[in-house]
Amino acid sequence: MHPFVLERPRDLSAVLALGAQAGRNDAPVEYIAGGTDMVQLLQENVRRPDRLVSLAGVLDDGIEIGPQGLRLGAAATMAEVAAHQAVIEQFPLISQALLNSASPQVRNQATMGGNLLQRTRCPYFRDVGYEACNKRVPGSGCAALDGENRWHAVLGTSDDCIAVHPSDLAVALVALDASVELRGAGGDRSVPLSDLHRLPRDTPHLETVLEPGEVITAITVPANAAGLRSHYLKVRDRASFEFAVVSAAVAIETDGGRIRQARVALGGVGTKPWRLSNVETALAGANFEPAVLRQAAALAADGTRGRGHNGFKIELMQRAIVRAVEIAGARA
Amino acid sequence: MSGAISPALAQAAGAATAPLDVSLRINGTEHRLSLDPRTTLLDALREHLHLTGSKKGCGLGQCGACTVLMDGMRVKACLSLAALAQGREIKTIEGLAQGDELHPLQASFIERDAFQCGYCTSGQIMAGVACISEGHAGSPQEIREWMSGNLCRCGAYDHIVAAIQDAAAVSSSKQEG
Repeated sequence: MHPFVLERPRDLSAVLALGAQAGRNDAPVEYIAGGTDMVQLLQENVRRPDRLVSLAGVLDDGIEIGPQGLRLGAAATMAEVAAHQAVIEQFPLISQALLNSASPQVRNQATMGGNLLQRTRCPYFRDVGYEACNKRVPGSGCAALDGENRWHAVLGTSDDCIAVHPSDLAVALVALDASVELRGAGGDRSVPLSDLHRLPRDTPHLETVLEPGEVITAITVPANAAGLRSHYLKVRDRASFEFAVVSAAVAIETDGGRIRQARVALGGVGTKPWRLSNVETALAGANFEPAVLRQAAALAADGTRGRGHNGFKIELMQRAIVRAVEIAGARA
Repeated sequence: MSGAISPALAQAAGAATAPLDVSLRINGTEHRLSLDPRTTLLDALREHLHLTGSKKGCGLGQCGACTVLMDGMRVKACLSLAALAQGREIKTIEGLAQGDELHPLQASFIERDAFQCGYCTSGQIMAGVACISEGHAGSPQEIREWMSGNLCRCGAYDHIVAAIQDAAAVSSSKQEG
């Protein structure tokens, strides 16, 4: 592990003064919250900050539901949010995505903010024995393009990076139009979660739109996402404690036997959490006939690009959407 | 920025890292330590306090052999920096028995022969204690899901599940009594 100075500031203003940079892989000063991803990356020498700024005890860990919707303090743990009664009742998609993530131990440690900023599981990114990784070492190439890329993205890719964003939580939240509240030296701002992560393009080492020093303080979900029929379907290589091969987050409003409005997002296939507005438009007004659902889900293939081993995901993700819509529609 | 660095280089640079004064509360006893900031809670337990019951399997949060309780909740000690565990109440496998009386789950692991090589056992037991106290030991299926953070390379899973079921029954009969 690269040596670092560990800062343990007492309050948020002291944190911000240290100018840590979240979401880029060449930052000399970084944050640590729950640490479940950061410590792995430190151990593997993937991240080598000179200074690590602890967020322990300085960020809000509250979970509030009110007329405005849901507000999750950035320091709330995955376990706390997943088990929160009002989250389970009004935003079950969030609880379900969390319970399908990681292990009970990690869910007790990992925070909301950290979950959104966790790094890709791309094995070429996580193993410094591979020289070529544009995300880890800008300009070094991408070993996944012609390598073992069964787990890699088919949406939002570039010729410089095809790494998948690994968060299940982010997929559920993007489907529910969530935003993140940010605080920096310049003040507070709110950013739609769909805009937090950048596409890799030719700068895959820049992962988010966070400015130097900015920190995620909370996640907000609008009230109009409450009470929808929803399902988080996760397809993976083993039954538990595994990242998604493909996942589908679906939330629908129904009117008799028809879908009035649908929200659809995918995980395991995109370089960022992937919302599918074209599929949503096609589902609006549709009934639950399998052929109708399949036709709408087929639009998810627009813009996809397989790279060899991962081509199967393009068909699998359409089937996952159909299955998730059927399960959501069958819910009381 | 270069990619791979040699462990020797990292080690040499590490000598320059100023140690931190860290106070850890383990099994009810306060310990004052001077630690390199990079020290994980697991390494602090094993290398500095010689509490070697918690095991290091992968060191990356994948196997669960290092599971301990922090403020009553199970965590992976290999993913926690020791300095950030200050002020928390930590319980390890060494703190589970009451004197000579084993915890019910320790006893049921012996009764059910829930191990072969034993390397994962202390992590399994600490995770199992939490699994029961959380109320996630209602059925073999539920136990398997909520114990998925602990791997057993010997494949003693059937016996581990049975041991947790037994201990959960003891615990619920105690509560009812």
